[in-house]
Amino acid sequence: MAAQLALVYFAWVRDRIGVGDERIDHPGADCTIAQLLDRLAAGSAGHAAAFEDRARLRAALDQEYVPLDSVIGDARELAIFPPVTGG
Amino acid sequence: MIRVAVQAEGFDPAVELAALEALGGGGIASFTGIVRADGGLSALHLDHYPAMTLAQMEKVAAQAAARWPLLGLTVIHRFGTLAVGERIVFVGTASESRIPALEACAFLIDWLKVAAPFWKREVRPDGSGDWVEAKAVDDGRAARWS
Repeated sequence: MAAQLALVYFAWVRDRIGVGDERIDHPGADCTIAQLLDRLAAGSAGHAAAFEDRARLRAALDQEYVPLDSVIGDARELAIFPPVTGG
Repeated sequence: MIRVAVQAEGFDPAVELAALEALGGGGIASFTGIVRADGGLSALHLDHYPAMTLAQMEKVAAQAAARWPLLGLTVIHRFGTLAVGERIVFVGTASESRIPALEACAFLIDWLKVAAPFWKREVRPDGSGDWVEAKAVDDGRAARWS
């Protein structure tokens, strides 16, 4: 079975996409997060709306913050969300 | 003593402060964050990333413990729907004297704001409400510690 990548979304990213998580075939270790977002945005209006303004997106690979130009490597979970607003 | 908690239920700052006072230091500092009634909102809803939140908070706590001579620190952050006036977050520090306690307390809340994966949504009386936008000033507050 091909490796999978779990995608998880929070706040308005989740609202625009319409789901909090989904699983896709792993795009490969060399694929960057930004490249994957381009591919997902091309496939659905919700993803396109969520990923429209990259400056407002943050990411985590396997629960560690990373820049959007990071390669996905062998990570199993990619989270996409707006800048955090806790505290 | 390092106590870090992510929870839906409330907390009692008096209980948390008493536990820090019992450590025998000469200085205790604390910060409590409360839901404000900004722009007619009735509550805040706090979303978070369960698999990541506690680990990020523990990382910030460990940084504070490594940087200041603390006898103890407590960090509690709530999630879920919190009405105006409810407590959201608590940071408490205990040290031999005031300066490490005060500085570590400010460091902890400044870093929690930019490192802990929480997102606030305003809840108005009719149920509508927008996600709160992050503020550049918060990044600046955290960065001044590095």
